[in-house]
Amino acid sequence: MQGLDLTILLAGVVAGAAPILLATLGETVTEKAGIINLSLDGTIILSAMAGFVTAVVTGSIVAGFLAAAVVGGAVAAVVAVLGIHLGLSQVAVGFVLTLMTRDLAYFLGSPYARMEGPLAGPVPLPFLSDIPFVGPVLFSHSLPVYFSMVMIGLCWWYLYRTPAGLKLRCVGENPDGAYARGVDPDRVQLIHAVAGGMMVGIAGAAFSLCVKPGWGQPQGCEGSGWIALALVIFGGWHPVKAAAGAYLFAFLQVMSIYLQSWYPGVPAQVFQVAPFPLMIFILVLISLAQRESVLRLAADHPALKSVVRALSGSAPAALGRQKKGE
Amino acid sequence: MAGTPKAKERTPGAALSRAAVLPEIALSLVVVFGFTTLVLILAGAPPLASYGQIIKGSLGSWSKITHVIKVWIPLTLAASGLLYTFRIGLWNIGVEGQVMMGAILATAVLRMGAGAGNGQLYLSAALLAGMAGGAVWAILAGYLKTRGGVHEIFAGLGLNFVAQGLVLWLIFGPWKQPGIASMSGTETLAESLWMPYLQGLRISPAALGMTLTAIVLTAYMLGSTRFGLYLKAIGSNERAAFLFGLRPQAVMILAMVCAGGFAGLAGGFQVTGVYHRLIPAISSGYGYLALLVVMLANFNVWVTPLVAFFFACLNVGGIQLPMVLQLDSSLSGVIQGTLVIATLAVHALRTRMKKRGTA
Repeated sequence: MQGLDLTILLAGVVAGAAPILLATLGETVTEKAGIINLSLDGTIILSAMAGFVTAVVTGSIVAGFLAAAVVGGAVAAVVAVLGIHLGLSQVAVGFVLTLMTRDLAYFLGSPYARMEGPLAGPVPLPFLSDIPFVGPVLFSHSLPVYFSMVMIGLCWWYLYRTPAGLKLRCVGENPDGAYARGVDPDRVQLIHAVAGGMMVGIAGAAFSLCVKPGWGQPQGCEGSGWIALALVIFGGWHPVKAAAGAYLFAFLQVMSIYLQSWYPGVPAQVFQVAPFPLMIFILVLISLAQRESVLRLAADHPALKSVVRALSGSAPAALGRQKKGE
Repeated sequence: MAGTPKAKERTPGAALSRAAVLPEIALSLVVVFGFTTLVLILAGAPPLASYGQIIKGSLGSWSKITHVIKVWIPLTLAASGLLYTFRIGLWNIGVEGQVMMGAILATAVLRMGAGAGNGQLYLSAALLAGMAGGAVWAILAGYLKTRGGVHEIFAGLGLNFVAQGLVLWLIFGPWKQPGIASMSGTETLAESLWMPYLQGLRISPAALGMTLTAIVLTAYMLGSTRFGLYLKAIGSNERAAFLFGLRPQAVMILAMVCAGGFAGLAGGFQVTGVYHRLIPAISSGYGYLALLVVMLANFNVWVTPLVAFFFACLNVGGIQLPMVLQLDSSLSGVIQGTLVIATLAVHALRTRMKKRGTA
């Protein structure tokens, strides 16, 4: 039986959450602008491959992360351009790209499978990492993990405290209205789809160069893109709430490792599959929390009220829809 | 979540004549060849030799063609089922898990019949159980959508992972081979429980017949019955259909049952006619691939089996790549995905240009 050390557990959660957190934040920004990039799962796999291979070939981890960001941005650009300028269904394009980019990653990456590669090692921050408990949990990580933490605040600040963020939210809620006010919705959507996609790409490299180092078929990050897409909904399209969801998910993942050693009788498949029924269950809860009957019930019960409020949050009104007229 | 395929998106070609489709196909193919060749060069592989291997590996001999037909059967069945759900505007991504559940239940029935002499009876029961398994898994996704308010993409996808976990658990747990559990799957079933093959060819005539029946049945159901009309009406405008007196949610569940039943039958054939046991990759990704098939066929019943045949050729031909050129067989997936995207894009581009021309 493995003991539970709270410091190690929480440090593991903060580090393990980094890739999913980055992908969730990236998709939140994209969807806030009204674009659905459903290709997340494949994009993460492809950029994980691109990041790993680039880092192996050039010997530079920075180059690996840059390549992954470019790949993530490029895939998002395909979804956005086909959706915005050709009026194709973003869901259709995104879904096909999910499958296509995954196969592309396996095809191009196969010569590099199970190869020894560089790894983004821990960089304890001076002074801060010496703080008891908080130091090891928050300030003794690798650079991509710090980046993921900084991005939570940065995304929130950008979306809610800058003029560009206001325009972005305006486009996501009402592209025609934004257009009438002199904002070019197409341009805003394209820029933020690409920016969000680049964060998803960095998430991929955070897997292959940091959290789940190496490349193979499977890499181990398969399925996490879908989790990130669900976390955007869980977070009610708010970056801070989405981040809380990502940490909660990482916590459950770390706990499942402990649980597996505590209950060896339970088949390993149960733990591997568990995130997905959990995802469905939470989505059901979120949908229930928006029902009128539940809202009425919640009005009389303070405890239920706070639960309902925590689960509520609405999608950008024009998600997946373009502006109508010229 | 927005973005379910609406009827308008599904038949964007209505204004274009049949002849106009040919240059579109040609242009899409040029785009696909350009992109794939680029990928091959990037991988340091000889492009022409690779294409040659895919063609030779799929159509080079009778035994290769029978192999293609063996892939075509489950692919076409799953795709036929998806025509119902697409018609009503649902993204039944759960089709992959529905194939797996069909395979699981079919295997369960066959394992019961292991010692019995009456093979035919158990085979029929296994196929029926397979259909039921797929249908139940589809109903689950359907109810999550209509009652639980979970988008069918997330419900279906989550259930796919659950089904895959179930397959692995059965293979490594209760159904493991005597001695040691392995990735090669459960114990091979007795030969009396295999679908009978044609003389000399490893194809089951019953499976082939049922697949052809499924296509015709789907064409009839969608084109000539009240049910088909309901699907279309709800897919085009759910609110109007409701006001007209239809019950969109009930019809959605029915459409899911059709899709799940066909997918489950495909899973049943994978067990009874192809592998004769449950293997980890029993669905072989045919569910996901069927979604691409239907999209590329522009949701047309008669084009679907043709596209399925082409995709089956790519899949079977791709197997040749690792053996001869040491390339990964996932190249076929790259070609298939690029083809769908290119076709959608070229078609939308032409429709746009036409509109601009007439305006």
